[in-house]
Amino acid sequence: MSDVLVLVGHIAGQVGKPGLELLTLARRLGDPVVVCAGEADEAAVETLGRYGAERVHVIESDEPQEYPVAWVRALAALTADVRPVAVLTESTPDGREIAARLSVRLDGGVLTDAVDVQAGPDGPVVTQWAFAAGYTVTSRVVRGVPVIAVKPNAVVPSEAPVTPSVTRGALVLEEADRRTRVVSRTARESTGRPQLTEADIVVSGGRGLGGAEQFALLERLADALGGAVGASRAAVDSGWYPHTHQVGQTGVTVSPQLYLAVGISGAIQHRAGMQTSKTIVAVNKDAEAPIFELADYGVVGDLFEVVPQLLDEVARRRA
Amino acid sequence: MNIVVCVKYVPDTGSQPRFTAEHRVDRAGGRLSELDEYAVEQALRVVDTVPGTRVTHLTVGPPAAAEALRRALAMGGDAAVHVSDDAIAGSDAPATALILAAALRRLSPDLVLCAMASTDGGTSLVPAMLAEHLEMPQLTFASEMSLDEGGTVRIRREAASEVRHLAAGLPAVVSVTDRIGDPRYPSFKGIMAAKKKPLETWSLADLGVPAGRVGAAAATVVDQITARPPRAAGTIVPDEGEGGRRLAGFLSEQKFI
Ligand SMILES: Cc1cc2nc3c(=O)[nH]c(=O)nc-3n(C[C@H](O)[C@H](O)[C@H](O)COP(=O)(O)OP(=O)(O)OC[C@H]3O[C@@H](n4cnc5c(N)ncnc54)[C@H](O)[C@@H]3O)c2cc1C
Ligand SMILES: Cc1cc2nc3c(=O)[nH]c(=O)nc-3n(C[C@H](O)[C@H](O)[C@H](O)COP(=O)(O)OP(=O)(O)OC[C@H]3O[C@@H](n4cnc5c(N)ncnc54)[C@H](O)[C@@H]3O)c2cc1C
Repeated sequence: MSDVLVLVGHIAGQVGKPGLELLTLARRLGDPVVVCAGEADEAAVETLGRYGAERVHVIESDEPQEYPVAWVRALAALTADVRPVAVLTESTPDGREIAARLSVRLDGGVLTDAVDVQAGPDGPVVTQWAFAAGYTVTSRVVRGVPVIAVKPNAVVPSEAPVTPSVTRGALVLEEADRRTRVVSRTARESTGRPQLTEADIVVSGGRGLGGAEQFALLERLADALGGAVGASRAAVDSGWYPHTHQVGQTGVTVSPQLYLAVGISGAIQHRAGMQTSKTIVAVNKDAEAPIFELADYGVVGDLFEVVPQLLDEVARRRA
Repeated sequence: MNIVVCVKYVPDTGSQPRFTAEHRVDRAGGRLSELDEYAVEQALRVVDTVPGTRVTHLTVGPPAAAEALRRALAMGGDAAVHVSDDAIAGSDAPATALILAAALRRLSPDLVLCAMASTDGGTSLVPAMLAEHLEMPQLTFASEMSLDEGGTVRIRREAASEVRHLAAGLPAVVSVTDRIGDPRYPSFKGIMAAKKKPLETWSLADLGVPAGRVGAAAATVVDQITARPPRAAGTIVPDEGEGGRRLAGFLSEQKFI
């Protein structure tokens, strides 16, 4: 079988879930070759192998951390070397930026926001959700090596253990690769809650909450259900909750088992980020709010009555 | 300082998108992508701080896309360039970037401003592709941007796990998010003035881009587009004092509690 390049990127500690998702999809297309840097120690290689990495190529350089464009040079060189059937990256801002530059360098096509990737007779078949997830689109790359950026949560990682070969290589950058440099990075403090994009349950609050303090109510609900907290842009713009929790067109897209929208009207830009959730629940005092069009279950009422009662009831049922 | 803002003409976000038989987006009745207004705004803020700054708005699109340029000009700026050619229809991101890059070479900007994504395709590919074609550094998804006198542009980038500050020397491509500062609303005076500002239309031949590299010659094909089935109507109950408990009942039935 042919190789598939999988950009896992900089490894710090454990290999992240998105990388394992990419490997799971890559196996459908060929033999996964992981491209990574950082702490690619024995444990990391073992994990990558468990999810089907036939080969792990470690870039022995810290430069990609400082000069993000360095990944493009690394991937272009490997592409010339192994002639893969596809290159997979994450469809995150970083991943798409790399995919974009790489595809120009390879003079080929690129597909972003893939929610599914299947092998087809004429190369990989990619499924995307378009226009606020109102449409399902299937596409193919017809020129060059397909570069495919895959959305987080597109697939449940599954194991297919192999023992990978490990190759290590230097990375020689050119002047042009160093033009964009990272001046500083500040890690965000962990909230102790699941990652928004990876959570099975997301509890989101909007303008209806009326203030930052009221988000504590949502956090209690999220903790009671074991979920993550999201927010509408109106809530974020008001400074009530950090932007990293914004769900929607200019925030993150989530696709959890349960999405609970509290005091959110359901504007199209918000829907773009949550419309594909399996079960949608809304609490809103306005019976005409568009969010109810999506809701599997909705309560028309004051959230300050409904949510505390819900919390009490959850506690009672658990007791 | 010479700034070019790339602006896209897109279908209205609120309306149902339509597709042509070739699986292309029907571009009739569109507008300036709302997110591009944030890029225009940033350019205009540079005008206020760096004397002698010139702003040109650039679009690649069908004849009606001139409307997006007029709207951008109404916000501010000096001139606009519209690349339009029948052969462009159906272009994917690589083809669009190829054309934009050819136009940008002619305009030789110090700073290229884009939005983080269009509101229709929304791939976020174009800014980084432009940087690659033009051999420029890219600073994408900026939630803050500043320029210093030495010709360095700095941005703040809010990644999921960290906040990052990045820097690059000019010329550079910067894409901005909707966190960077609200766009101004065109004034009546601005709208009138926009009508008199120069708007040039360039063809592919003017730019020396072979028609065989764009449009139907795309690097990607769409095989199928299907509307996702509407969600089944849900149960909506009024809160008559039992709303929270009833919701708990639903969540428990669904095994979430
Ligand atoms: C370019 C662009 C990008 C955007 N990107 C995003 C995005 O990524 N994410 C996003 O969310 N939005 C985005 N928006 C904004 C979007 O259009 C809406 O303005 C926003 O989603 C509204 O947030 P909201 O529902 O919290 O507020 P509102 O629309 O004001 O709704 C508040 C709701 O709370 C209800 N309410 C009030 N009080 C109570 C109460 N006591 N109990 C119960 N219900 C109550 C009201 O009935 C109302 O329905 C974007 C807009 C633009 C132009
Ligand atoms: C639902 C959907 C999915 C698509 N998926 C893909 C895909 O996976 N791969 C692919 O190659 N093509 C794809 N396309 C086609 C692609 O959207 C168009 O070719 C488009 O011209 C460029 O990409 P974008 O709209 O995604 O722009 P983005 O890269 O999201 O735009 C970012 C910024 O670049 C600038 N810009 C983009 N287009 C123009 C323009 N025409 N004129 C001036 N400035 C511009 C603007 O500043 C804009 O805000 C898709 C289209 C649709 C409708």
